Amino acid sequence: MKEEIIIAGFGGQGVLSMGKILAYSGVMQGMEVSWMPSYGPEMRGGTANVTVILSDEPISSPILHEFDTAIILNQQSMDKFEKAVKPGGTLIYDGNGITHHPSRKDINIYRVDATAEAVKMRSVKTFNMIVLGAYLKLKNIVDMENVLKGLKKSLPERHHHLIPMNEKAILRGGEIIQEISVVE
Amino acid sequence: MRELKLMKGNEAIAEAAIRYGVDGYFGYPITPQSEVMETLMAMRPWETTGMVVLQAESEVASINMLYGGAGSGKRVMTSSSSPGISLMQEGISYIAGAELPCVIVNVVRGGPGLGTIQPSQSDYFQAVKGGGHGDYKLIVLAPSSVQEMVDFVGLAFDLAFKYRNPAMILSDGVIGQMMEKVEFDEYKPRWTREEIIAKNPWAATGKPPTRERNIITSLHLQAVDQEKQNIKLQAKYKEIQEKEVRYETYLCDDAEYLIVAFGSSARISKKSVEIAREKGIKVGLLRPITLFPFPYKEIGAYTDQVKGILTVEMNAGQMVEDVRLAVEGKVKVEHYGRMGGMISSPDEVENALEELIIGG
Amino acid sequence: MIDIKDIVKPENLVFKKSRVLTDNPMHYCPGCSHGVVHNLIAEIIEEMDIQDNVIGVAPVGCSVLAYNYIDIDWHEAAHGRAPALATGIKRLMPEKFVFTYQGDGDLAAIGTAETIHACNRGENITIVFINNGIYGMTGGQMAPTTLEGMVASTCPSGREHARDGYPIKITELLAQLPGTCYVTRQAVHTAGSVRKTKKALRKAFENQTRNRGTSIVEVVSTCNSGWKMSPVKANDWMVENMFPFYPLGDLKDE
Repeated sequence: MKEEIIIAGFGGQGVLSMGKILAYSGVMQGMEVSWMPSYGPEMRGGTANVTVILSDEPISSPILHEFDTAIILNQQSMDKFEKAVKPGGTLIYDGNGITHHPSRKDINIYRVDATAEAVKMRSVKTFNMIVLGAYLKLKNIVDMENVLKGLKKSLPERHHHLIPMNEKAILRGGEIIQEISVVE
Repeated sequence: MRELKLMKGNEAIAEAAIRYGVDGYFGYPITPQSEVMETLMAMRPWETTGMVVLQAESEVASINMLYGGAGSGKRVMTSSSSPGISLMQEGISYIAGAELPCVIVNVVRGGPGLGTIQPSQSDYFQAVKGGGHGDYKLIVLAPSSVQEMVDFVGLAFDLAFKYRNPAMILSDGVIGQMMEKVEFDEYKPRWTREEIIAKNPWAATGKPPTRERNIITSLHLQAVDQEKQNIKLQAKYKEIQEKEVRYETYLCDDAEYLIVAFGSSARISKKSVEIAREKGIKVGLLRPITLFPFPYKEIGAYTDQVKGILTVEMNAGQMVEDVRLAVEGKVKVEHYGRMGGMISSPDEVENALEELIIGG
Repeated sequence: MIDIKDIVKPENLVFKKSRVLTDNPMHYCPGCSHGVVHNLIAEIIEEMDIQDNVIGVAPVGCSVLAYNYIDIDWHEAAHGRAPALATGIKRLMPEKFVFTYQGDGDLAAIGTAETIHACNRGENITIVFINNGIYGMTGGQMAPTTLEGMVASTCPSGREHARDGYPIKITELLAQLPGTCYVTRQAVHTAGSVRKTKKALRKAFENQTRNRGTSIVEVVSTCNSGWKMSPVKANDWMVENMFPFYPLGDLKDE
């Protein structure tokens, strides 16, 4: 098994930490993982993206130009990464702020309105966990038990009291994901 | 039992230093390696192992703090990125001349000049061929994973002390910023005063009545003395070349073509090898782990086996010159690489192999 | 007739070279202040009984070979970097006495940043600063402390501030920094001034046991070769011209 993922959005949306929790969940599951961010001034408010690879085998290149799954959280990232999904691959996006919806017919497209849901749940900061939950529901790569372990490992101890809220958000993400179009 | 963590290369190198019993770190912030000192400061090793961590006023100062610290026979290290390493060249030359062990980490970014903060390998020449003034060499290790960032801290210190020579870990923004799974060894205690004096009788630790004074210097005013020192250094470098070459091969046994790449380029090239193999192209990867000493002989041995060699580097073609020296004109050698912080994709590398080597 | 054996007796001894000074003949010019200051440092190390516990950092300049004369462990720095080396040494071996020995070009030109920042961190070291207003080793070029109007090989018609900038009072500047605990300016041109300088150096070394910050002893010195004067005339010139601009005395003693 090997899964190559790009997560892309605005800096500050929790893109990098979402990738880190996913990667740590993989570690907890005994997989090989890599997490490669875009870095630099982009981190501060511009676009941010991170490539996460989960694999049963040692990972060769941590840098990729096409992906099994793209998780897209703003329009700029949609413009950049829709075309980078491998044929037959998966695109998951949050509809908030998206004006040009994905149009490829050779990939599976799902939508998770995490921004809206986070507002409803009165916890805007767990937005990225809702997205992660949607992804995990779709791709059953890591067990929930290991996701929680990964979450615990990624968060500093002073934030451990937030784990139940994050867990709730992950589960909610799994419930609200919608299928837009699927390759036959 | 070894401890398993998910960490950035830069964070991992910091924790590895503490765990290896390093005595001092002196540095100055620069992207993309600032996490090294940030991690050290957050971990507060002065409260646990007693390791000193100090933010200097410049890279010029930090390398000279290293020079002072190294002269005391302790394990000292610094880290920086390309422009900062340029500033350190004076001090590095003095440290090499005075034959002091220390470890310098370069998380390379694109240049020349202020350049870019994105990953690059364009400091190969600077690291391997000198950089500072005078005839000297650094031991240069090129990690290609976060685990190797950890493992090479210990290896670099061991080699540095074995040969009384500065060692450089030549990393880049990819390895520094990437997170991977890493395993750590148990904490090692720092050397005691007695161990330091016993292991490093040359160190300036205060002159007891029982020995002559120790002078840490690279100054030899008489040409005849300086030449003697140069001859001694060259003999040491020759011994290092003979004994310390490290490299790794991947699918080379039946290879008709070879890719030679180090560091993060080797990671990308490994995937290119997989892509090419799926197409039925018999290509292997040779990854130099030590850039000095360079695996000349080991690459040269493939001249009877392969039809062509592609070097893949994130620069305009630097290591390719050493590969050409290694094959002595017997096999075609071409370079492929992106520059300025751009990173080749595995597909691009595979295409380059077909165009420049197989088709060319 | 008095035989030499009648003279060389312990009770007749009026001066003895410190055992911390080596027997190497010094390369300094006759009349140079370096030899006197070297001797004082050696005497203090002997008197404080810290020979096995002290590390000197030599500069680039005339005193680059200081390690040939004082019998302790030494570290030879790159030009101007002595305070950074001393920082590394002292931070790793806080129990040692660590001092730098630097000239004006080393301390106040090429090494200004290292000097100021070591003092600003309050590194617990002693800085001995020989200020003779000229680059002696390289043959008499203008130094940061060269006085206005003073002739040097790179300002042959005298230092002009419009072209060359002003002489820098680095010691006054360092006294402003909260990291320094003792800043003084002395000279070694008379027996009395040598005694005062020795007291100052002793205090600067002893301060390291108090861990109060950086101690700096500037010694306003002559360079009769560089100044192209006889040693006696150089001393007179120093009194007349250097002291008014670089007045002797303590600038700070906390």
